Amino acid sequence: MTNETTQAPDAGDAEPPVLEVRGLSKRFGSVLALDDVNVSLRAGEVSCVVGDNGAGKSVFIKMLCGLISPSTGQILLDGKETEFSSPRQARSQGIVAVYQDLALAPLMSLWRNFFMGAEPVKGWGIFQRFDVAYAKQAMQTELEKLGVDLGDPDRAAHTLSGGERQGLAIARALYYGARVLILDEPTSALGVRQSGAVLRLIRRAAQRGTAVVLVTPKPQHAFWVGDRFLVFQRGRLVEDRRSETLTLESLAYLMAGGAEVEELETAIATA
Amino acid sequence: MSLLQLPAYGNARPWVRTAVLRPELGSLVAAALLFIFFSIASSGAMLEVPTIARVLDTAWPYGIIAVAVGLLMISGEFDLSAGVMVGTAGALLGVMATEWGMNLWAAVFLSLLACLALGLWNGVLVVWTGLPSFVITLGTFFGLRGANVALSKYFTGDALIENIDDAGGYDSLHTIVATVFGTAPSDFRVSLIWWAAFILIATWILWRTKIGNWIFASGGDRDAARAVGVPVNGTKIGLFMLTAGAAWFVGVSSAIRYTSVQAGQGVGQEFFYIIAAVVGGCRMAGGYGSAVGPAIGALIWGIAFVGIPHAGWNSDWRWAFLGVLLLVATLINHIVGERVRTARSG
Repeated sequence: MTNETTQAPDAGDAEPPVLEVRGLSKRFGSVLALDDVNVSLRAGEVSCVVGDNGAGKSVFIKMLCGLISPSTGQILLDGKETEFSSPRQARSQGIVAVYQDLALAPLMSLWRNFFMGAEPVKGWGIFQRFDVAYAKQAMQTELEKLGVDLGDPDRAAHTLSGGERQGLAIARALYYGARVLILDEPTSALGVRQSGAVLRLIRRAAQRGTAVVLVTPKPQHAFWVGDRFLVFQRGRLVEDRRSETLTLESLAYLMAGGAEVEELETAIATA
Repeated sequence: MSLLQLPAYGNARPWVRTAVLRPELGSLVAAALLFIFFSIASSGAMLEVPTIARVLDTAWPYGIIAVAVGLLMISGEFDLSAGVMVGTAGALLGVMATEWGMNLWAAVFLSLLACLALGLWNGVLVVWTGLPSFVITLGTFFGLRGANVALSKYFTGDALIENIDDAGGYDSLHTIVATVFGTAPSDFRVSLIWWAAFILIATWILWRTKIGNWIFASGGDRDAARAVGVPVNGTKIGLFMLTAGAAWFVGVSSAIRYTSVQAGQGVGQEFFYIIAAVVGGCRMAGGYGSAVGPAIGALIWGIAFVGIPHAGWNSDWRWAFLGVLLLVATLINHIVGERVRTARSG
């Protein structure tokens, strides 16, 4: 087993981590879903969370974005200990999760969706109104910065393709000042071409100084976009590797279960 | 140089875009066609000023409440108690003005408070219990249906409350809600101006304020809206109160106009508002619609209500017409909605 490799490989970097977790554990009844995880997330880095089903990756990201609270351990934002009791609280501190079922109202226009819950207004008192021109302009500017072209801002959100929806959701998260962007299998439902576009988008988000956490079951996607790889196995973080130290083959091997697979093969051979 | 340039929307038919922006378009076409149809069927009688006055006078009470019910429907909720609340508003006003000797202004104000409280009750109950508003407001409907008549009889000895014009303040209120322009039968009530104002304000709220965005979002995807901080519960409660307020306005207006109140009035009309909203392009499941649409829906009812006897048909056909209208409109809305939702790139 390779459990001893969990120390941070980038401890020498000058810039402090945006988000750091220390000794993070989660117990559901008698099941230890997450066991003593230590990770630092840095601005401008794409960290890929990989591992088998039930390895603890979804528990890990749910804890980062405030959906479930840890049994023990600390979450530090800019070096200060913090607690989120809801995704909304996490969002207000710049930690935003974009899920597969992206939060869009299907029959509302793109700009209405983009500013849902945070509508820009102008005017006073009863004349206060939704600043529509500004909303459309601000959305287009943000999309352009990311290199996303969704066309007519008045089109209904449901006319978007899967990749376009990801684009809109990521742009929205960045517009609201996301410093940590958590993406849960953003390419799982997409074809090759759209996956490529979304991965390029993720790189751009990182280039703009966002710490990106990406969950994906696909080694090719992770390898192309990732700066480092957090490999989970049975609730433990068993590998924390930088991309320079890996080839696509070794990453695929790690993602498939690594040493566990070898053990299994030996067990089958000797049975 | 775009990362995500997809042919999807460029290929979408123009009507998809129009349908998103103008939910009431279908009802406008239907109203025009129906008007032309009855003009021909009635050999031109439909085009005369007294007939048009009748159409508008029939439509406005439904129209005012339908606009509120339409907004409520866009937010994803129903109100089956809107009709009976017209009776509540009138009966309260009648009892206070005739039995308790109150000034009519005070009675109008207290009646408003009572209706808003009932709207609050509907809204809070729907939000807290999470039960379908169909059930909650059906309960309110039957509760008020009984209470309206029982309380009128208890206080006045009759379900018909008369002589409201004896109360102080009647003249000024009559000017505000029931002034007549022109002479009968070519007479138009000031209510039409109130109706138009209400349509304009509701349209403004819906399309040009953040509350409007909340209304669309609450009905479009409640959980998504909540996740990004939209006060979904507050929005819905507010709209239940708006609907109650609209019912109050109609109840009070008609009490003052006719100087009498039938405590049982309004019962059965709740469906007219819902039909008008659906015919006007509001989506029953929420998230889509307009404020003008329900008003046009009410106008269609007015055209049919007046047009059917003018065309020489038995007025009983009005009900059959309403049923067919509802079915056709819902079907069209459903098809358009599906198309809008599935129109995307190949």
